[in-house]
Formats: sequence, C-alpha cells, structure tokens
Amino acid sequence: MRFLRRFLIRFSNFATRQSADQRLQEEIAEHLAFQTEENMRAGMSPAEARRQAALKLGAAQAIRESHHAEHSLPFFENLAQDLRYAVRMLVRSPGFSFIVIATMALGVGATTAIYSVIDATLLHPLPYPHPSELVRIEEDLPGVGAQDINVSVPEWKDLENSRIFQYVALSFFGSSNLTGSAQPTRIASKVVTPNYFAMLGVGAQLGRTFDPNDNTPGFTPEVVISDGLWKRAFGADPHILGKSLRLDNDVYDVVGVMPAGFRDQGKTSEERNTETWNAAGFSAVPFQPPLRTARDATGFARLKPGVPLELAQARIDALVASLRKQYPADYPAQAGWTVRLISLSESMVGNVRQSLMLLFGAVGLVLLISCVNVANLLLARASARGREMAVRQALGAARTRLIRQLLTESLLLFVLGGITGFAVLFFGQKFLLQLIPDSLPRLNDISISWGVLAFAIVVSVAAGTIFGLAPAWLMSRLDLNTTLRQEGRGSSGSRGRSRLRHALVIGELALSLVLMIAACLLLHSFWNLFKVPLGFNPSRVMAIQAWLPFPDDPKEDLYGTAAQETVMLREVLRRNRTIPGVQETAVGDLAALPLGHHENDLNLQRLIREGKDMQGSQPPIIDAAIVSPEYFHLLGMTLLRGRLFAGQDLDGTPLIALVNQAAARAWWPGEDPVGKRVQLGFKKKWITIVGVIADARTESLADAGIPQVYLDIYQQSLTKDLAFFLRGQVDPATIAAQVRTQVQAVDPNLPVFHAETLDDVLSSSLSVRRFSMEMVALFAATALLLAGLGIYGTISYLVNEQSREIAIRFALGAQRPDILRMVLRQGLTLAAGGAGAGLAGALILSHLMAGLLYAVSPYDLSTFAGVTLVLTAVALAASYIPALRAMRVDPIATLHAE
Amino acid sequence: MKEEPDVLQGTLALMVLKTVDVLGPQHGYGIARRIEQISGDILALNQGTLYPLLLKLEHEGSIASEWGTSENNRRARFYRLTPAGRKQLQAETRDWEQNAAIIARFFKVKAEDLS
Repeated sequence: MRFLRRFLIRFSNFATRQSADQRLQEEIAEHLAFQTEENMRAGMSPAEARRQAALKLGAAQAIRESHHAEHSLPFFENLAQDLRYAVRMLVRSPGFSFIVIATMALGVGATTAIYSVIDATLLHPLPYPHPSELVRIEEDLPGVGAQDINVSVPEWKDLENSRIFQYVALSFFGSSNLTGSAQPTRIASKVVTPNYFAMLGVGAQLGRTFDPNDNTPGFTPEVVISDGLWKRAFGADPHILGKSLRLDNDVYDVVGVMPAGFRDQGKTSEERNTETWNAAGFSAVPFQPPLRTARDATGFARLKPGVPLELAQARIDALVASLRKQYPADYPAQAGWTVRLISLSESMVGNVRQSLMLLFGAVGLVLLISCVNVANLLLARASARGREMAVRQALGAARTRLIRQLLTESLLLFVLGGITGFAVLFFGQKFLLQLIPDSLPRLNDISISWGVLAFAIVVSVAAGTIFGLAPAWLMSRLDLNTTLRQEGRGSSGSRGRSRLRHALVIGELALSLVLMIAACLLLHSFWNLFKVPLGFNPSRVMAIQAWLPFPDDPKEDLYGTAAQETVMLREVLRRNRTIPGVQETAVGDLAALPLGHHENDLNLQRLIREGKDMQGSQPPIIDAAIVSPEYFHLLGMTLLRGRLFAGQDLDGTPLIALVNQAAARAWWPGEDPVGKRVQLGFKKKWITIVGVIADARTESLADAGIPQVYLDIYQQSLTKDLAFFLRGQVDPATIAAQVRTQVQAVDPNLPVFHAETLDDVLSSSLSVRRFSMEMVALFAATALLLAGLGIYGTISYLVNEQSREIAIRFALGAQRPDILRMVLRQGLTLAAGGAGAGLAGALILSHLMAGLLYAVSPYDLSTFAGVTLVLTAVALAASYIPALRAMRVDPIATLHAE
Repeated sequence: MKEEPDVLQGTLALMVLKTVDVLGPQHGYGIARRIEQISGDILALNQGTLYPLLLKLEHEGSIASEWGTSENNRRARFYRLTPAGRKQLQAETRDWEQNAAIIARFFKVKAEDLS
C-alpha cells in the first residue's frame, strides 16, 4: 500500500515532469544557514563556519541526484531518453534501419504466421466448453489387425450405463438429399444420439437441440440445422421452428438452429461443416439390429469433471475385461478387443501435428537466422560507433548505462520489425490463408488475433534482448586509450567481436544448411510419391458424385433393390456416353474413387472366408469398393487371373467379387483365390471370387499393397454414395451441369455435385505434404539468402578492416590473384565451419523427420552432398564481390590515408 | 581514528519518525540536529542524505510537510507525523523491540545454559 502510494506519486511527477529541485535548494540553503550560525556561535570564523557546514552536509550534487531519483522514476526517465536517442539513430542511418527492420519483419512475420495456424489447430482445437473432457472412443482388435474401429450400439449402452462418463454419444456422418428447394442439394448431415449436443455442451441460437433423455430407438422426427443452411436455404427465416424439411424423402420438423460460430467436430473438413443433425437411438429400423459386432457409429464421450483420462481408461479396461467374460462369443480372446479413449482434440489434429511441428521448427530456424543476421549487422555498426562509445565512456558514462542504451536501440529495431511483420500478416491474411490446404482442421478458425499479436511482440522482445545483448556487451567493452588514439581508423574490431561475428556467420550457414537439407528431403519424397507408378491411369478421367436418398422407411426407397438401382444406373450411364467428348463411362461408390475418400467415408465390414473364418474367429475388416463392369477398363487396371464382371451378372444371379493381388497374398497365401467364397458383413450370402486384379495405389499413394475387394454394383443394393466416372475430352467446368441434366432426366430428385478430375483428386491427396514441402522450401530459400547476405557482410567487413594489410601485401609485390585467394579462403573457412556444424544438425533433424519421408533415406548421400555444394557455392559467390574490391585496393592511397 | 557507524536506511527512517513524533513539527536541520544529539554524536550522518529520505517518507504518506517560519524568522519546510505515520511508527517500534530482545537473549546465553 505504502509502496504503491509512493510509486503513484513518483509516476505522476515523472509524467508531469515536475521538479522538486527548487524546494530542495531552498531547504539546503536554509540548512546551511542554520548550521553556519551554530558553528559561528561555537566560535568559528564566518568563512570556516560556512566551510564546516558544507562539509557536514555532504556532496550537494549527489544529494540532488538521489533526491531527484526519489522524486521521480529515473528508470523511466532514462528509458524515455534512450528511446529518443534510439529514434534519432534510426532515422540517421535509414539504410541500416531498413535492412534490420525488414529482416526482423521477415523472421517474426513468418514465425507468427505459422504460430497463428498452430494456435488455431493444436492449441485450441475444440470450440466447446471444457474441451479437455471430450474424448473419442476407439476400439481395437489387435488380434485381427483392426485398429481405430467404431463402436456398436450394445457397447454404447454398456458405456452409458457404466457411469464413467457424463455422456456417451454416437454419431454417424453421411450425406442427405435436401429436396423441396429449387435444386435438390446434397448436404453433409449427421445422425447422432439425442445427447450429442449436451455432450458437446453447445446449445442452439434459435429453438433447442435434442432432448438428451430421449429414448426413441429409431429416428426422432426432428432436425437441427446449421446457421449456414438456415441463412442459405431459408433466408434466415425467424419463424423456421416447427417448419418441416425433406431429407432423403423423409420429413423432419426443424427444432433448432445452431449458432453462427458453431462447427461440428470431425476428422475431415466436410464433417466439420455438417449442416443437419438428426437424432436416433441407432437400434430400430432402418438401423441393423443391435449386434455387439456391428460397429457402425463413431463413439464420443464427455468425462466427468475432474476425472483424468487415465483414470477413465483404467475403469474402461475393467469394464472391457468383464464384458469379454460375459460375451465370449462376441469377444473371442484371440481378437484381443480393447477400448481406447483418446482426447478429442488429439484425434482431430493428430495427423497434422508432425507436419505443423516441422513447419514451426523450420520457421524457428528462419527466425534464428534473421536474428543472427541482425546481430551481425549490429556488430558491424559497433566498429563504426567505437569512437562514440569511447567518448561517452571518457565523459563518465557507466558501462551498464551504455549497454542499456545500446539495448534500447536494438530492442526498438526488433520490435519495429516484429510489428511490421505482424502488419504484413494482418493485411495479407486473406491471401495467405488460401495457401493452406483445406484438409487442415479448424482452417476456418485461423485468425490473426490479439493472442497472435502478443506472440509477435513477445518473440521480438525476446529476440531483441538475446541478440541485442551480446553486441551491446562487446561494444561497451572498449579499451579507451586505443580507441581514442586510432584517429579515423575506427576501432579495428576487438578480438572478441570478430570471433563472435565469425561464430554468428558459421551458425547462420549451419542453420540454413539444416533447413535446405530438410527441404530437399521433403522435395525428394514428394517427387517420389508424385512419380510413383500408380497402377491405374488417372488422366482425362472425371469423377462426379451423386447421392441416392436413403429414407428411414424402406417402403419409401425407390432404389431399395439392386434391380431397381440397376435400371436407373444403366440409363444414366447410357446417357452419359452421349455427352460430347466422353469415350467411356462407369459408376462406383465413393470407396471406388481412387484416393478420393476419407476414412470416415469407409464402410468397414467383416470378410468371412469360407473354410478359414469359423464361428468365433476374427475375420479381416475391409471396405469393399462397389463398381460397374466398365470401371477396370476405364481406369486401366489389369486383370491377372479369372474374369471381370460382365453384363449377365445381375440381381439374382450368383454373387461375385474381384480381389487385388495384395488381398490374394494376405488372405489366401499360396492359394489361388479364384473360386473361393466369402461372406461380407452380416449378409449370409456367399460371394464367389471370380478374378484377381493387379495392385494399384487407389487407397494410398504411399502404399501399393493394401488388400481390396470389388463387388458388382448391379448385384448390390443400398449403394447410396455414387461416383460417375467419365473418360474423354470433356470440359471440367461444364461437365457437372451436363451430367446433372442426364441424371435428372432419369430422376429429377437426385443431386449431382463435386465434379473433379482424378488428377486433381490425386494432387489434393498430397496437399498437406505439398504445403509443408513448399513452406519448408520457401523457408530454406529465405535462410540461404540471409546466410548469403551474412557471409557477404562479414567478408566485406574483413576486407575493409584488412585494407591496410592488403595494401602492404601489394606494396611487397603480391599479385591480384594472391589477394583474391586470400579473401576467398576466408569465405571458404567460414563455409566449411558452417557446413560441418550444419551437417551434424541435419543428421539429427532428418532422423526426427523420417516419418514424413517417402522412399528416400533420411541420410540420403546425394542430398547431403548436393546441398553442401550449393551452400559452398553461395558462400564463395558472396565472398567474391568483396574479394573483387580487395583486389582493387590502391596501395598508395590506402597507406597514405592511414 | 574511530570509525563512525553507518546508519541503516530503515533505522534512519525510524529515527526520523520518532524525532518528529516526540518533538512535533520540525524542519530538516532540526531533525538532523536532534538525531545527532540523541545518538550522542556517535552517529554522524551526512546530513544531506536526510532530504531524499524525508521525500520518500512523504511519498509513503508517513509524514507531511509545509512551508512555515523558523525560530530565526526564516522560511523553512516543516515536517510532521501523519496518522498513518504514527501507526507505522508503533508497528516498527514493536518489531524493533522484539528483534532487540531476541538478540539480547543470544548475547546473554553462556555455554553451560545450553547443555
């Protein structure tokens, strides 16, 4: 309290620049007068009395200073003074200031940009209250190699009843046809248990969400819609509640509209942009009867407050153990069924964490290099200001005072740089956000916020303190005599200073070598992936998606049987062939779209092999692609054995399937799969394998050997997510409209959407890889540029410093090539030091990023050698310009000038 | 020559407060003089250091000051104790006596008392 009062008074004195000096002078005069009188009374002469009085008082100037220090805040006064001086220095050498500010703007701006992405994705991945309580429930069957599988309805009920969680919810993401408006549209929609929103902890902006205690086994007749859909399809109608909506031909009442900022959770951007939510109990028509092994929906839960994940996991493990005992037929011991809780935020960002951390590391190196470069520039200026410092010290400035002033100057430069970088980021964010791939979670929430500004400022201040301190320290450590005597020559840098400069340049070169090697390895991997033989031919192939309605009441389903669907599909294919330019057409489900489906789109089923998978064994879990016979020819996939699908395979004829080589190897090792029979899912019908297809990278570019099963679309009912394939010379811009016309000529209620070329699908499947590669490459190029500038600056400085030595060498008969060699050797020494340190760092880094590489060793010799060569070449080129200047040194003029 | 003991900053503040408490409003010279007298001239401080201290105490609200006329009919600045200063003085006096008592007990102790 007393301290605060004192501080406030001092602060107000500082702010109003009030001085108490007058008052002190009067008091001291008074004091002296009293003392003098007293001394005279004691018998001194007036002169002696005055002298003694002054002696007793003490040094008047010191008293004035400490009185003033008490009166005001000298720290802030000095700061203000230093700042004014720093601004003057900054304005006086605009070139220097510009370079320093621009370098720091680059470093801090880039770091802040990546930070803003990390802030939104890794640090705040879930826009819900108490996000740390939210978990995703995943199950594993390690005995059959199945991981991250879904939850079945009985298991969900067990989890609900276990009282381990506040809420356990299921969700099933898919699409719906919204009909009734001008054009049938396909929208992302989700079926959830009624407690879903209660679990997320989010309410509606209008109306309500579902009643968490609703026990309807099938669908409730209610729908909650997103703010976007409300505005787009209903013109933000305030009376929307109670109106009805037709989704996949079923009628639902709108009971609520979610808030504008609400984003659903999910692994894909499509899922995060869900627009309608329906509630269901997942256990009556149209759902399958609730079997323990029918794991169709994704499970989520909210932990009870204060219960850590580990504790909940321990309780789950106990529950799992007892369930395994209770239902041995559903959970055979060899399958090893387990239930795993992972934090929801981790499940959303887990797959991009490594890429983002790599980027953050890379950008951190760029920042470090910028700082080193600036520190180097500050040191170079130190030699120019040596005299100024010496004069200040000679006039009595304390060393700490000099350091403070120099530090203020560098801090001002760093902070201005940081603010400039932030400003560029702020005004360029629209443009920059376009560079980020869609697949990044929470892309919509990336914003240049106050938190990001605070980050930029903290980074600049920290960098300014760390990298301003060393030059300031060295600058203030002067030998007064030598410096002042060296007229005009500047201070030919102290040993410590030049050692530090060399260390800085070597560090800079090392860091940029590390970045360049990382960038080259990523580039190499990307190129390998890009050039990998696909096993199918994507060129000139377009895929256009459509969605067949899936009404809750099977009697409403126009396409309930394979025969009904076949008629429609064949007619659409026939019509598609008439589109000008189209040579071949085929149709399949979304799983047949090469590289174009997300794991959420997969419909995983058990594959039961006749004679191999008995009651109780755990069969492989796969997602079968459903295709029309023309699919394989259209994509150029080769048949190795047996036969393809043909026109006579229809609804009612024996069911057939094709497998790829990988499936044959994995599931029938050493046998011929042709003629073998399998069952899929819970359908008890046998399917005969009629042929083997060559492996193709349709599931993952990085992995050619993923087992795959193909079913004939004309034999399969309930294929709802369709992809029409067209090969030929078509215009991607208009093809969607043309296909839509053809499809809607057959059924006007079918939405047609998302036309893309397979080449685009392919390249967007590489988007995160491409993004991180491009960013790291950009950072590496920046780093190389900065390092080049750094080595150029240092060698120029050395040449300046050695001009006398060079002149003497010339005078003693040295030839120009000798001087050139001498200067270049200095550059090469620095480069060699940098390369040595950099190679060691790069070995560590490349080992860490091995997981991001494809078909390239983290210790790829050619990359390491090539990059080292490039770095050396840049170092030589950067030393060459000052070397030329050194060769032109005029010995007479130089020696005279000294 | 005998070393004159240094005055601890906190101690000097306590002396100033006590002086103004006992003698009522005083000007700077008066306070300096009293401190010297009371300490029996053992404690000779650089009198000038008193003024920054007075300003500090004033900022803290323990004393207040105003211009007045001295006994010699000259303009002088008089310092007096505020109610907050009186409370502070009491608290610090208590603390000081406590500390002094503890130290005194340590000095009295002999080896045999501890066995």
